Amino acid sequence: MSSFNWQSIKNDFPILDNSRREKPLVYLDNAATTQKPLAVIDKVDEYYKNYNANVHRGVHSLSVKATDAYEGARETVRDFINARSVRELIFVRGTTEAINLVASSYGGSKIKQGDEIIVSEMEHHSNIVPWQLLAERAGAKIKVIPINDHGELDLNNFPAMFSDKTKILAVGHISNALGTINPIKDMIKEAHKHNVPVIIDGAQAIPHSKVDVQDLDCDFYAFSGHKAYGPTGIGVLYAKEALLEAMPPYQGGGEMILRVSFDDTQFNDIPAKFEAGTPNIAGAIGMAAGLEYINNIGLDAIATYEHELLEYALERAADHPQLKLVGTAKHKASILSFLYDGVHAHDIGTILDCEGVAIRTGHHCAMPVMDHFGVPATARASFAFYNSRADIDALFKALDRVKEVFKL
Amino acid sequence: MSDLRELYQQVIVDHNNSPHNFCELQDANRHAHGYNPLCGDKLSLYLTVNDDDIITDAGFQGTGCAISVASASLMTDFLKGKTIADVKAFFDEFHAALTSEHAKSHMDFGKLAVLLGVKEFPARVKCATLAWHTMQSALENKGREASTE
Repeated sequence: MSSFNWQSIKNDFPILDNSRREKPLVYLDNAATTQKPLAVIDKVDEYYKNYNANVHRGVHSLSVKATDAYEGARETVRDFINARSVRELIFVRGTTEAINLVASSYGGSKIKQGDEIIVSEMEHHSNIVPWQLLAERAGAKIKVIPINDHGELDLNNFPAMFSDKTKILAVGHISNALGTINPIKDMIKEAHKHNVPVIIDGAQAIPHSKVDVQDLDCDFYAFSGHKAYGPTGIGVLYAKEALLEAMPPYQGGGEMILRVSFDDTQFNDIPAKFEAGTPNIAGAIGMAAGLEYINNIGLDAIATYEHELLEYALERAADHPQLKLVGTAKHKASILSFLYDGVHAHDIGTILDCEGVAIRTGHHCAMPVMDHFGVPATARASFAFYNSRADIDALFKALDRVKEVFKL
Repeated sequence: MSDLRELYQQVIVDHNNSPHNFCELQDANRHAHGYNPLCGDKLSLYLTVNDDDIITDAGFQGTGCAISVASASLMTDFLKGKTIADVKAFFDEFHAALTSEHAKSHMDFGKLAVLLGVKEFPARVKCATLAWHTMQSALENKGREASTE
C-alpha cells in the first residue's frame, strides 16, 4: 500500500471512532455520502459560534467576516477544479439542484419543440428527470447513449447521435451504480464538433480524482459537497462565463438583483444572479474545508490508495463464486455493485448491518441501469480513503453470514 | 444477532426458497399489483372469491426480498377458506402488530407470527406489509397499484 499513513486517517473522523459505539462500524456507503472530518465539523461550528451573519448585506464587521469566508470558499472551489474565475461558480443545494438550474435556465431558454437532448443509460435519476421535465415542457426529445454488459458506455454510434437539433449532452463522470469512469474528455470533444454544450454530473468524481474543468473543456460541471467530506445541502455548478452571462435567472429574490422597481428590475452580475436569497453560508464554508482536507492528503495519493482498495476487494470477490459483479468496466472507481446468489439486496443489507457493515442496497437512483441488467436492486459497497483492507475483510466475513442465513 | 435469527427464521427462508401459491390464477376475479418503490419489490396478487364472499383460492407472482416473498407466500396460504370480513378484521390487528411498537394483540397469528420479527428492523417493515396492502387493494378492487408509500 502507499506510503501515506492511511490507518491514522480514521482518527480525523469522529463518527469512525469505534470506542464510542457499542459495536464497531465499517462504513462502506461512501458513494451515498462520505463521513465528515473534524476539520469540516469545526469550521462549521466556528462559523456559527463566532461570526454567524448574513453575507453581502451588512456593513458590520461580522457580516464582512462571513462574506469573506463565504467568498473565500468560492475561491477554494475555483482552485480545486481549476476554473478560470470565481464568476463561473454558483453555490447550489447539491448536484441535483445544479442540473435542475441548467435544465431550467439554459434549457428553458434554448431548447425548443423538436430539439434533442442526449443523456446516457447509466445516469442517476437526477441527470434524467430534469431533462424529461424540460423535454415535456418544450416538446423536445431525449436520446439515450446505451451501455454494454460491462456497464460501459457503448460509444460506437455516439458521433451519429448528434444532429442540428441536438442542444445539450448530459452525462455522468463516474457512475454511482456501476463505478464506471466515463471517457468524458473525448465525449466533450465530440459534442463540441457539433457545437453542442456538455453538462457533466461530477458527484461521484470530485472526491476521488483530479477534475480540471479547463482541461476537460466542459461547459457545465455539477457536484455536491457532502460526497466530498463536506456538509449536506451545499454543492456547486461550474459553468463557462459566457453561458452564465447569457442565461436567464433561475430563481428570483434578494441577492440576485441590482435594482428592483415595478417597472424594471435589473439583475445582479454572475455569480450572484443565480444565488437568490440567503445562501447556505455554513455549508459553503464547510464544503471548502472538506476540499482543503482532500488537498492536504492529495488527490493523486487518494486515487492510488482507493484503487488499491478496489483491487483488493475484487481479489476477495473472486473467491466468492456466489458473488456476481454488476459493472465490470475497464476504468472503474472504488465502487463494488454486486448480486449474491439470488439473495435480494435488502436481505444482504440487513444481515451486513447486523454485522456492523453499512452498505447501500437498492436501485441506487439508477433504475434504467437495473433494467439493463434485469435486476430489481444490487448491493453496493463503495470505498473512501479512510477504509482499509480490514474493512473489506469485514465485508466478506459478513457476506459469509448471508450464506449461513440462507443456507447457500 | 439474536434479532437476525428472529427475522430470518427457518420458515421465512423456506418460504423464500420455495414460495407457496407462486402462480397466476387463471380464474381469479380479484387482482392487484403491489410495488415498494424503496426496494423495487413488485407483486401481483390473484384471488378467487365466491358468491358467499369466501376466498377460495389465492396466488401471487413477483420479485422481492425474502421477507416480502415469505410474507406473500404465508399470506396466500392463510387467505384460502377465509371470508372477506374475517380477513379484513385480521389485517387490522396484524398490521398494527407489525407496525406499532406498543400494539398488544390477543389474536393468535399462527404461522404468520414469524413475520413479527421485522419489528426490530424498521427499515424492513414495508417488505412484510407489501403483500397485505396488495391484498386489501385486490379486495377493494381499487384497480390501481398498491404502494407501501
